[in-house]
Amino acid sequence: MATVAARELADGEVVFVGIGLPNLACNLARGTHAPHLVLIYESGAVGAAPERLPVSIGDPALVTGSLMVCGMADVFQLFLQNGRIERPTVRLPGSGGAAEIAVHARRTLIVAQLNPRAFPERVDFVTSPGQRCGGRTRRELGMPGAGPVKVITDKAILEADDATGEMVLAGLYPGVAADDVQAGVGWPLARRARLAAVAPPGETELRVLREVLDPKKLYLNG
Amino acid sequence: MASGKVMTMRDAVARFVHDGDTVVIEGFTHLICFAAGHEIIRQRKRDLTLARLTPDLIYDQMIAAGCARKVVFSWAGNPGVGSLHAFRRAVEGKAARGTPLEIEEYSHFGMVARFSAGAARLPFWPLRDYAGTDLPRANPRIKTVACPYTGETLATVPALNPDVTIVHAQRADAAGNTQMWGLLGVQKEAAFASARVVVVVEDLVEESVIRSDPNRTIIPGMIVSAVVVEPWGAHPSYAQGYYDRDNDFYVAWEGISRDPERLRRYLDAFVHGVPDRAGYMEKHPGLAERLKAQERWSEGVNYGF
Repeated sequence: MATVAARELADGEVVFVGIGLPNLACNLARGTHAPHLVLIYESGAVGAAPERLPVSIGDPALVTGSLMVCGMADVFQLFLQNGRIERPTVRLPGSGGAAEIAVHARRTLIVAQLNPRAFPERVDFVTSPGQRCGGRTRRELGMPGAGPVKVITDKAILEADDATGEMVLAGLYPGVAADDVQAGVGWPLARRARLAAVAPPGETELRVLREVLDPKKLYLNG
Repeated sequence: MASGKVMTMRDAVARFVHDGDTVVIEGFTHLICFAAGHEIIRQRKRDLTLARLTPDLIYDQMIAAGCARKVVFSWAGNPGVGSLHAFRRAVEGKAARGTPLEIEEYSHFGMVARFSAGAARLPFWPLRDYAGTDLPRANPRIKTVACPYTGETLATVPALNPDVTIVHAQRADAAGNTQMWGLLGVQKEAAFASARVVVVVEDLVEESVIRSDPNRTIIPGMIVSAVVVEPWGAHPSYAQGYYDRDNDFYVAWEGISRDPERLRRYLDAFVHGVPDRAGYMEKHPGLAERLKAQERWSEGVNYGF
């Protein structure tokens, strides 16, 4: 999951980083193909270059060696709501995506393990708007960002369908069948006509993940 | 990539300041980039809308030089000294050239709020202000709104999104990550509100210097279009840690600006008659020694964890 998510990030992009696995993915990207990735944490660290994997978004390792540390008013008003930072702003929500990030980020990538309880057919309470809200599109509701464009799971990649806004199966990890993915979501999962075969992590990515970023296995298992 | 942003003042002004633009050269008394204003005058930019809280001598000079069509401001005087006479002549219709200067007047908080709204990409900013003043009568862009929570009436000012903002600072790296200390004014907000940002610095430093003290970074490189290295670029304004404000000059400006002919001769000698800021400094022998800052170093802090 971390590797697949990391691949979504291009060098030089500006990313709002959430806690959990996205932290790992962003720092993996920065440690491999995207050394100029600019990490922004809601706590106020901009251009963070943490020497150890931060557990929370307020970790002191985010401050040391960053490009800029500002107050939270500035993070939300000047960096997020400002909306004119040239390169696409990507948000990887962790266990909770803030409403404003879901509204404003130019695109959002969701990283989550498949589990019917985590992927119910309907949620009781919306905090981060997706592609359709009460049947209405994001544009109709005046949201500037494109919203969730991909869901990166531990077995497959889902993508937002352009016409319906529904998350559909788009790519499978090695050794995974489409039915395995269906078992992890709580609604009849539509699928693209052609499913992509997702490449597994390469040697460099595995080494960086296991030896450099997460030697204590905070996120990785096996 | 990053090194592509470092350029001369001449190139930065040529590329990023266009006739008709809304231009901001901010800095509240501190870090006002006179060098950029002078280059704009030399390149004969026209029809500019100049915005600053206090126009200061720099806009007085640019108005006299014929660059401005309009000024957006909150207090148009020479602090502690008197009036900005070129500004006054232009507004009062007594200037030698062209139509009267258009003005749009707020208060300091109003201008700060305009930049704050612009920076946050909001259409306006609410203030508890202006009630009982005549400013809304003079400026119909100051409006009111009923608070949806309390019902009270609040004043509003519209967002200001300049075409280009020129910021003077002590130091930046080649990517434009800009560090300032001392009076910060509203430079950060103006920069974030602006379509293009030109940063002018006393010193160009390595990225590692920036990263060693990230709380001092006020403007991130990601919003900066150009970085110009121009020592003494703020004179007669000042740069904390580098040089003092030339208070004698501010006092002398009263006499220079009051007489249009004397002002014209000043511009010919010190703006049109020099190629750049280095040339300007050569025409001020002894100035650097007189104004160079003393040493008052802060106590360093530990960013370790």
